[in-house]
Amino acid sequence: MPTRLTALAAALMLAGSVHAADPIKVGFVSTLSGPGAGLGVDIRDGFNLAMKQLNGKLGGLPAEVLIADDQQSPDIAKQATDKFLKKDKVDFMTGVVFSNIMLAVGPAVFQNQTFYISANAGPSQYAGEQCNPFFFNVAWQNDNLHEAVGKYVQDKGFKNVVIVTPNYPGGKDAVSGFKRYYKGQVADEIYTKLGQLDYAAELAQIRATKPDALFFFLPGGMGINFVKQFVAAGLSRDTQLFAPGFSADEDVIKAVGAPMMGMFNSSHWAQDMDNAENKRFVAEFEKEYKRLPSLYASQGYDAALMMDAAVRDVKGKVSDKKALQKALEAKRFKSVRGDFKFNHNHYPVQNYYLRVIAKDAQGRVTNKTMGSIFTNHADAYASQCKMK
Amino acid sequence: MAFYRPARWQKPFAFTVLCALLALPGLMEIFDQSYYIGFATRVLIFALAASSLNLVLGFGGMVSLGHAAFFGIGAYVAAICQQGGIVEGLLAFPLAMGVAGLFALLVGALSLRTRGVYFIMITLAFAQMVYYLFISARAWGGDDGLPLSERMQFAGLSLTDDKVLFYVALGLLTAIMLLLGRLADARFGRTIQAIRENETRMEALGYPVFRYRLVCFALGGAIAGLAGALLANLTGLASPALLQWTQSGTLLVMVIIGGVGYLYGGVVGALVLLLLEEFLLGFFAHWHIVLGLLLIGIVLFAPKGVAALFDKHRSQP
Amino acid sequence: MTQLFLEQALNGLQFGLMLFLLAAGLTLVFGIMDCINLAHGSLYMVGAYFVAAAAQAADSFWIGLGAGVAGAAVLGLLLELTLFRQLYRRDHLSQVLATFALILIANETVRLIWGPAPLMLNPPEALSGPVEIAGFFYPAYRLVIIAFGLAVAGLLYLLVAKSRVGMWVRAGASNREMTEALGINVRGLFTAVFVFGAALCALAGGLLGPLLAVQVGMGESVLILAFVVIIIGGIGSIRGALVGALIVGTVDTLGRALLPTLLRALLPADAAATLGPALASILIYLLMAAILFFKPQGLFPARA
Repeated sequence: MPTRLTALAAALMLAGSVHAADPIKVGFVSTLSGPGAGLGVDIRDGFNLAMKQLNGKLGGLPAEVLIADDQQSPDIAKQATDKFLKKDKVDFMTGVVFSNIMLAVGPAVFQNQTFYISANAGPSQYAGEQCNPFFFNVAWQNDNLHEAVGKYVQDKGFKNVVIVTPNYPGGKDAVSGFKRYYKGQVADEIYTKLGQLDYAAELAQIRATKPDALFFFLPGGMGINFVKQFVAAGLSRDTQLFAPGFSADEDVIKAVGAPMMGMFNSSHWAQDMDNAENKRFVAEFEKEYKRLPSLYASQGYDAALMMDAAVRDVKGKVSDKKALQKALEAKRFKSVRGDFKFNHNHYPVQNYYLRVIAKDAQGRVTNKTMGSIFTNHADAYASQCKMK
Repeated sequence: MAFYRPARWQKPFAFTVLCALLALPGLMEIFDQSYYIGFATRVLIFALAASSLNLVLGFGGMVSLGHAAFFGIGAYVAAICQQGGIVEGLLAFPLAMGVAGLFALLVGALSLRTRGVYFIMITLAFAQMVYYLFISARAWGGDDGLPLSERMQFAGLSLTDDKVLFYVALGLLTAIMLLLGRLADARFGRTIQAIRENETRMEALGYPVFRYRLVCFALGGAIAGLAGALLANLTGLASPALLQWTQSGTLLVMVIIGGVGYLYGGVVGALVLLLLEEFLLGFFAHWHIVLGLLLIGIVLFAPKGVAALFDKHRSQP
Repeated sequence: MTQLFLEQALNGLQFGLMLFLLAAGLTLVFGIMDCINLAHGSLYMVGAYFVAAAAQAADSFWIGLGAGVAGAAVLGLLLELTLFRQLYRRDHLSQVLATFALILIANETVRLIWGPAPLMLNPPEALSGPVEIAGFFYPAYRLVIIAFGLAVAGLLYLLVAKSRVGMWVRAGASNREMTEALGINVRGLFTAVFVFGAALCALAGGLLGPLLAVQVGMGESVLILAFVVIIIGGIGSIRGALVGALIVGTVDTLGRALLPTLLRALLPADAAATLGPALASILIYLLMAAILFFKPQGLFPARA
């Protein structure tokens, strides 16, 4: 301990004079174990890939990424976050997957005046009334992908839909997003326990209602089990499956395989997108981790690029919070999803695409982009946000 | 086991530690380590919770595996109070104790009809029931838990300042430890320990064994509720994870590491376990393996815990 | 409606039978050895990991299941010989602590070996689809699980009720000292029962693996349910474990499925939406409390 204390004291003395000696510290708290682990691992790997390409630096300054697992528990996430904020005094926080955890750690981060760059969770609260200068979401607002599916299901003329989501804020956002654009009949809304793995009872209920389409939002292991059991129960014969990109990306495809072919889903990004940044990202991700990246990985990657650009913009003076906020808002990095900009509530305004699961040229089952559903789409809560 | 008798040096030692603790927040601020004020507060709160279990387990001889329920209920009462506008701890904390104590009374009344493994499993099952009730109750946040938008006050002082919360936790822990110390020596404490030693004899002597046990169980529940209310203030969240049975197991581990039936067993255990966690976790992510082996070692070779190692006055059973 | 009811009843049966596999071993360890084993759920988890790993290595679910169950039995044997043998004579508190420690060790070791992400176990190709029964489709694999559960229940019944070993086991559960005095090798009997329980755990874990996910912590939630089962059934009684498991399985599944609908018919929508899931999830605990109130020894007490 004494060496650590002296090191810290030395660092403090230096802090005022020589900025370049300070590493930029990033606190990364994410779900790295349990049923949601696939999501957090992909965000982490995407983030780390970007850090590797940047030679371990952010904005040209040496950087340190501290990683902790929240085990999908708000409690543990909060403890880890407190430690990063108060003990390690990080300059940025990122990594949280689930909105309920985001809402639990948010207040402490904002109170500490640390910037949170969310690479996934985009709760409606932080997009609307509780929007905060210290919160940025580099992915989407929770509702967005669901809105896109709702629009598509509506346009295709489905009339009788069942919705399945977990009983947590992200799940409720999913339902409201879907219903914002789907105006037909909703035969049933089924809320499951977060982390539930056996869907026998729900599937029986769905069979009894006989819907023509089923919209489900079950991230991570939940979605994998749901799709497997849905197919095993023979329900795929009469009911068309729809999901946001979260429930139909590489993590799910890898586990379920061919039975998922033909499933439609929505995303702001796809691995076959045709731009130089994306091609490099997908190729290097595959080389590094021996698997295709998911949208989560692309979001983690973008989060690192966003920090890098902003730190460069303020020339390493991350203590100037106002300047750093301006730099983050300016968005000077090239995203793998193509161009987008930040709304005044710090959420993206961007395009959303329809994807279908099919075999690619090499015979792998993966997502294929079919066309866009929304262009320059903002979230529905921005008008309630009075950003300071 | 025999009646609890404090070692001669225990009082002056505890007093010295208390004085040292009074200076802790100031020292931590000087060294720019204010993170550890929060950590120390956490230790104090878990010391309180573990001591409440020690009352039930060590003094009452009841192996309860559902103590987390009372702990968690205390946290939820605090969060519900805070959301409902009751922000004064002098009001909310006794309320948390009351609700947790009443629930303990109910659980105890049902569970104490049984013995042995039945008692262990029934307390466990009741705690699980509370856990599922809270995670499926949407009004109380369900899986997400119930956040406190702001810490409470205590006698008008805002607990938002980490130092104030630390001193309040320290004060309450001291008060409860004094109370438990007096209680262990009083008629009630003697009786409950005698029941632990020989239930049949006490029953034959005409003691209302069931009632003594029930009161002890409920009192333990109430103190756990107080600890829960404090913890909700520290973390800003009443989380269902507090109600999980593994939390009961952790409290049990603290008591056993510290020393079952020693007044300061819970305090020592909470300190040892949380320190181990804080520092071992940094070096070895899989430190639970070490902890598990350590616990098995304690069971097989030192069943009386850390406190017993320092106890020379104790007569061997 | 009848179709829905039938399907949910099958689901309840499947769930109940898997609980029975877990509860059977647990109730015997409790009943005969008077030893509380919190790590029973860990045997279920480790067993499932063994099955998943072996199935991946052999590229066959059935070989994996066999190898995994055998592996868990060996692990059970080692645990019994090294640790549990020491614990039988200790008080319940020591047993709780030592087996809680085993849970910590098991969870961390599994995380160390297989990583934090869940393992995926796929059912045999032929069973991954649905079959048609009584006019509706039901997953073939779930039917196989039901068949396995019924077969094990039948086997256990024959073993416990009809065989000599079973007689010793029953004798041990109702009066250990007397059994010992009659010259039965109780120590060997203990070992055999413990190993058998571990194998049943792995069987349940392996069978449920393809339906759920093989992951750290999967044992804890199911352990509590197994406790409820044997409290309801009566500690030490195989018959009690079977009846208790079927009650818990059916009540839980039907409660989850039907209670929200039922409440929606009786109460205003808002109150029903709040109360429904809450009530469904604690139904079995309420049931347990009620049974205990009238029969503190469970439905089929093994000790007279």
